[in-house]
Amino acid sequence: MAFTRTAAADPHRHLHAQAQWQPIELVFWAATLIPFFLFPKYLALASQIAIAALFALSLDLILGYAGIVSLGHAALFGVGAYTAGLLSTLGWGDPLLGLAAGAVAAGLLGYVTSFIIARFRHLALIMITLGLGQLIHEVANKASWLTGGSDGLQGVRIGPLLGRFPFDLYGYTAYAYSLVVLFVVFVFARRLVNSPFGLALRGIRENPVRMPAIGAPSPAHVRKIYTIAAAIAGMAGALLAQTTSTVSLGVLDFQRSADVLVMLILGGAGWLYGGIVGAIIFMVARDQFSGINPQLWYFWIGLLLVCVVMFLPNGVLGCLQLAAPWRSKAS
Amino acid sequence: MSAPAAAPAQPPALSTRGLSKSFGSLVVANNISMHVPQGARDALIGPNGAGKTTLINLITGMLRPDAGHILLGNDDITALKPHQRVKRGLARTFQINTLFPHLNALEAVTLAVCEERGIAGNFWNSLSACTAAVDEAYAVLGSLGLAADCTRPTRELAYGQQRLLEIALALATKPAILLLDEPAAGVPREESAAVFAALAGLSRNITVLFIEHDMNLVFRFASRIIVMVAGTILAEGTPQEIGADARVREVYLGGARHG
Ligand SMILES: Nc1ncnc2c1ncn2[C@@H]1O[C@H](COP(=O)(O)OP(=O)(O)O)[C@@H](O)[C@H]1O
Ligand SMILES: [Mg+2]
Repeated sequence: MAFTRTAAADPHRHLHAQAQWQPIELVFWAATLIPFFLFPKYLALASQIAIAALFALSLDLILGYAGIVSLGHAALFGVGAYTAGLLSTLGWGDPLLGLAAGAVAAGLLGYVTSFIIARFRHLALIMITLGLGQLIHEVANKASWLTGGSDGLQGVRIGPLLGRFPFDLYGYTAYAYSLVVLFVVFVFARRLVNSPFGLALRGIRENPVRMPAIGAPSPAHVRKIYTIAAAIAGMAGALLAQTTSTVSLGVLDFQRSADVLVMLILGGAGWLYGGIVGAIIFMVARDQFSGINPQLWYFWIGLLLVCVVMFLPNGVLGCLQLAAPWRSKAS
Repeated sequence: MSAPAAAPAQPPALSTRGLSKSFGSLVVANNISMHVPQGARDALIGPNGAGKTTLINLITGMLRPDAGHILLGNDDITALKPHQRVKRGLARTFQINTLFPHLNALEAVTLAVCEERGIAGNFWNSLSACTAAVDEAYAVLGSLGLAADCTRPTRELAYGQQRLLEIALALATKPAILLLDEPAAGVPREESAAVFAALAGLSRNITVLFIEHDMNLVFRFASRIIVMVAGTILAEGTPQEIGADARVREVYLGGARHG
């Protein structure tokens, strides 16, 4: 109450407060270090979670902020994975080089396709992204001379991180690496959503009809965020290729596009943290359930998804926000 | 010859030439040629369905005309995209609120200001660091009496405040020409006076074309009136001329309904 009043009197304070790091965010990031100490056996899983979270974060930038639905996000992830994997087979096994290359390759694909993406919305967009995803999957399948086809890429050899830390069996390096990349990209994304550009994206999500009427070139904004999100998805793919030393057609699967969407919706789109929380829930649940009965796993995740969408339309985080003044999404 | 007439003719701020548009067999704009002089306060009136909103959609580029041209001053803008026309100083409001429901008024107007300043693509600086843009947005909100509620989400604002936010968004683009589609639509009579008072306070550098059904307001605020019926311009002139025009009286002013 009192907060609203002072904020109304001072627009700068209000906007500044919205972008401020909250204590709970610091707690959250501190908690991501827990696996190193408490669950050293699960570091490989933790690393997969961080990668899935990065992938979901990339989807959140386009879906949660700009309202661009994609059912083919794995195409960008897969291009990043194949790029990093292929580079390593050619003897360029430096992780950071592969990461950058994965980002650039996926970013390029994102930039090219963004010219189509920016012209459509809703169902048409879902169909187009779905089609593009299937198309890239099939190209990778047919180009087995390059990708190894359904056998996967052979001879992926990833060098030590920074030339000093080899990827160990326990996943120490893998998790540390994935986590640092996730955090750095998160800080970048957080800056982005609190910038004028981030506001423009929310404008597109809120009312694409009004945007041109206030002089906004929405398609240009969409192309930009789609390219950025694509590069981030490519980084996630590169991380997976590097931390597991394998790249198979699975990185381009429709299932992967669907899973990342499920993670984001579970956690809540438009908060940046939603994809991360969703990735944790999804991956941990899969790890636990699939041990018991792999077939039944999708039954439970399906049920969970239906319940979340019905009862928590803003995802798990949206529900938490009702309880606590969690303010990452500007209201 | 006489001194005033000798002044070089200033082109109208806005004009259309032979503008036509059909939806299927329905002709909504039939060869419309009209103009709005610099600094004018022109009213566009006509019965429901006459094509007034469509004309604004054509002028602002939200609809493509089947034929005809739109000019700002001497420049043909027919080929420009809607956002490019805004950059040329052509802004509009919507008859039905077309706002950003989950943005607050401050964010919405700041967004428009950022677009006007060409900084909306900046993804590196924090919004709160763009102090000049925020100040400008806050000033626009203040001029319309929206400052106190500017941090509430748009969808929570009272309807009348949302109508004012419509205008604030248009003003934030720094328009030279403002097209207002029934700015007081749905606002109670006593509040609609406030909307028009805000408009009366606008700088004379801004040319205004407004659609309004309340004839009291039209005759009070309009310097000229354009009458539209069934996709054509029936008459154009000063309030006195329009008030005296027999055809207008017949089809419009005399008619019982102009809802
Ligand atoms: N997008 C559209 N498609 C088909 N018909 C339309 C469309 N927009 C408007 N119309 C029709 O065009 C006519 C003029 O509408 P409009 O310009 O909104 O009138 P006004 O604003 O004068 O009340 C109406 O008969 C309306 O039903
Ligand atoms: Mg209308």
